[in-house]
Amino acid sequence: MKGNDVILRTVSRIVVFIILTFGVELFLSGHNNPGGGFIGGLVLSSALVLLYVVFDIETVHQGVPLDFKKVAAFGAMLAVLSGTAAAVLGHPFLSQGFGYFDLPIFGVTELTTVTIFEAGVALTVIGTVETIILSISKDV
Amino acid sequence: MNNILVLPMVIPLLTGFVLFFLRPSVRAQKLVASLSILSLIAVSVRMLLKIRDAGILRLDFGGWKPPFGILFVGDSFAALLVLTTSIVSGLILFYAFAATERRHENMFFYPFSFFLVAGVNGSLLTGDLFNLFVCFEVMLLASYVLVTLGGGKSQLAESMKYVAINVVASWFFLVALAFLYGTIGTLNMAHISVRVAEAGQGPLLSAIAVIFLIVFALKAGLLLYFWLPGSYSSPPAPVAALFAALLTKVGVYAMFRVFTLIFYHDSSITHGLIGAMAVLTLAGGSLGAVAYKDIRVIASYNVVIAVGFMMLGLAVFNEAAFRGSVYYLIHDMVIKALLFLAVGSMILLTGESRIDRMSGLIRNYPLLGWLFFITMLSLAGIPPFSGFIGKVYTGLGAVEGGNYWLLLAGFLSSLFVLYSLLRIFMNCFWGETTITREEQRPLNKKKLIPLSLLGALTLAIGVGTQVLAPFVADAAHVLANPEIYIEAVLGEVQPDE
Repeated sequence: MKGNDVILRTVSRIVVFIILTFGVELFLSGHNNPGGGFIGGLVLSSALVLLYVVFDIETVHQGVPLDFKKVAAFGAMLAVLSGTAAAVLGHPFLSQGFGYFDLPIFGVTELTTVTIFEAGVALTVIGTVETIILSISKDV
Repeated sequence: MNNILVLPMVIPLLTGFVLFFLRPSVRAQKLVASLSILSLIAVSVRMLLKIRDAGILRLDFGGWKPPFGILFVGDSFAALLVLTTSIVSGLILFYAFAATERRHENMFFYPFSFFLVAGVNGSLLTGDLFNLFVCFEVMLLASYVLVTLGGGKSQLAESMKYVAINVVASWFFLVALAFLYGTIGTLNMAHISVRVAEAGQGPLLSAIAVIFLIVFALKAGLLLYFWLPGSYSSPPAPVAALFAALLTKVGVYAMFRVFTLIFYHDSSITHGLIGAMAVLTLAGGSLGAVAYKDIRVIASYNVVIAVGFMMLGLAVFNEAAFRGSVYYLIHDMVIKALLFLAVGSMILLTGESRIDRMSGLIRNYPLLGWLFFITMLSLAGIPPFSGFIGKVYTGLGAVEGGNYWLLLAGFLSSLFVLYSLLRIFMNCFWGETTITREEQRPLNKKKLIPLSLLGALTLAIGVGTQVLAPFVADAAHVLANPEIYIEAVLGEVQPDE
C-alpha cells in the first residue's frame, strides 16, 4: 500500500493492541462462556493480518519471525497431546480436569487443562490463517 | 477404559506432526515413519485380540456417556479394517521411501500420508455420525494435498475435479446430517438406530437414507464413479496406491455401517437401490476396464468393479453375504495396493503407460511379471489367493437370498477383471522384449520388497483363511444383528428417559 496512509498506520498501531487484548479475553473466557480457542485464535490472527496490510510482509516478519506452518502444526500437536496426556494418566482420551488455586496477584483462580487444548486450537487457527493469507499475497 | 481404541488415530496424527518438524532430514522422517507404522500394526493386532476376548469395545471421549459425548466403537469389522489399513499403508510407505522424489519428500509427503491414515482409522472406529464426517474430512484434506503435490498440468486438472466433487459430496453429507439430526435429534449411531426403529422408517427417513446413499456412493465410487478413473490415474504410484487401497474402501465401510445399523427397515427401497447401483457399477466398470489402453486407467476401473462387488453383499443382506463382503474388503485393500504399485513400477521402468507400447517385460523383470500374474489371479478370485473366499461367501449369500441376478452380475464381472488384466499381462509382459540388457533400468530391491510382501500377503490371506475366519464371522454377525452393536454402546445407559 503506497501513498498517504499516515492515518491508517497511526490508528492501527493502537488498534492492533485492542484487538490482541480482545482476542486474549475471548480465548480465556472460552471454556465456560462464549469464546474459546477457535474464535480467540481468529481474532488474534486478524490483528496480524491488519499488520500485514498496513506494513509490508518483511517489516512484520522482522517483528514476528515465525514460520506459521510450524505454528499450526505445533498447535494441532499440542491439542492432541493434551488429550493423550489424559489417556496416559489412565483417564479416557480427551478427559479434562480443573482446580482452584490461590495465586499471588489474581487471588483464587480456576486453572483448567482444557486451556492447554484451547491454546493448541488457537495456535492452529493463527498458523493456518496466516499461512493462507501469506500464500495468497505471494501469488498476486 | 479402552484407550487403545483411539491409538490407531492418535499414533499417525502425532507421527504426522513430528515428521512435520523433521522436514530438513528425510532420513529421520523415514526412521520415525517406520517405527510409527510398526507400532500401529502392533496396536491394531492387540485391539483385534482384545475385541475377540471382551466383545465390542467402547471409548467415551472425556468420559461423556453416550448418547451425549463423542465415542469410538471398536467391533471386529472396524478392527479388521484398521489392521489391514495399517499393514497396507505401511507397505505402500516403504515403497514410497524408494520411489518418491526428493522434492516431494521435502514438501510434507510423509506427514500428509500419516494424516490420511489417521482420517481413515478415525472413520473406521468412530461411533458418532458427525465424527464420521469430521474424520472423512481429515482424510480428504490430506488426500487433496497428496493428489496435487508436485503436479504437472494434467495432474492438477484431474485434482481440481477430485477436490470439487469431494467438496460437493461433503456438502451433501452435511445436509444429510442436518436432516437426520432435525428429525431424530441425536448423532450417536447406535442411538439413531434405536430412534429410527422406534419411529419406524417412514418416507421422510427413507429420503434421508437415500441422501446418505448418494453421499457414500460419491465417496466410494458406487455408480457415481465418473470422477474416479481420472483422479486415480494421474498422481504418482504410491499416492494412487494409497487412494485405491484406502479411500473408496472407507466409503464402502460407511455404507455398510449406515445401512446395516441405521436404515435397515425399508430394505425394498434402500437395498433395492443399492443392488441396482451395484449391478450398474459392475457393468460400467467392466466396460471401462476392457475399453482403455492406458494401464493406469484399466487399474482404476478395476477399483470401480471391486466397489460394485462389495456392494452386492450389502444388497443381498444376509450374514453369509456380509462375510463375503468383509473378506473381499480386506482382500481388495491388499490387492489394489499391489496392483497400483505394480502398474506404477511398470510405468516408471518403461516410461510408457499404454499397453501397446510395452512388450516382453517379464524377460527384463521376472519377479515383477510374476507378481503381476499373482495380482491378476487374486483379483479374478482364483484359489489359493485372497479374492477367492470373498467371492465364495458373497455367492453363497446371494444363492441363500435368491438374488440370482446379482450373483450373475458379480461373477460376470470377475471374467471382465480377468480379461482386462490378462490383456495387460499378455501385451506388456509377454512377447519380444523391447528393452536391451544395456538400457534396462534397474528395479531396485527397496521397491521389490514391499511388492513381494503384498504378494505374499494376498497368498497368506488366501491360505490362512482359517485364522481370519472367527474374526470375519464375528464382524458379519454384528452387521447382521445391529442390536449387539446397540447393546454394546447404550447397554448401561437408558436413553430417552
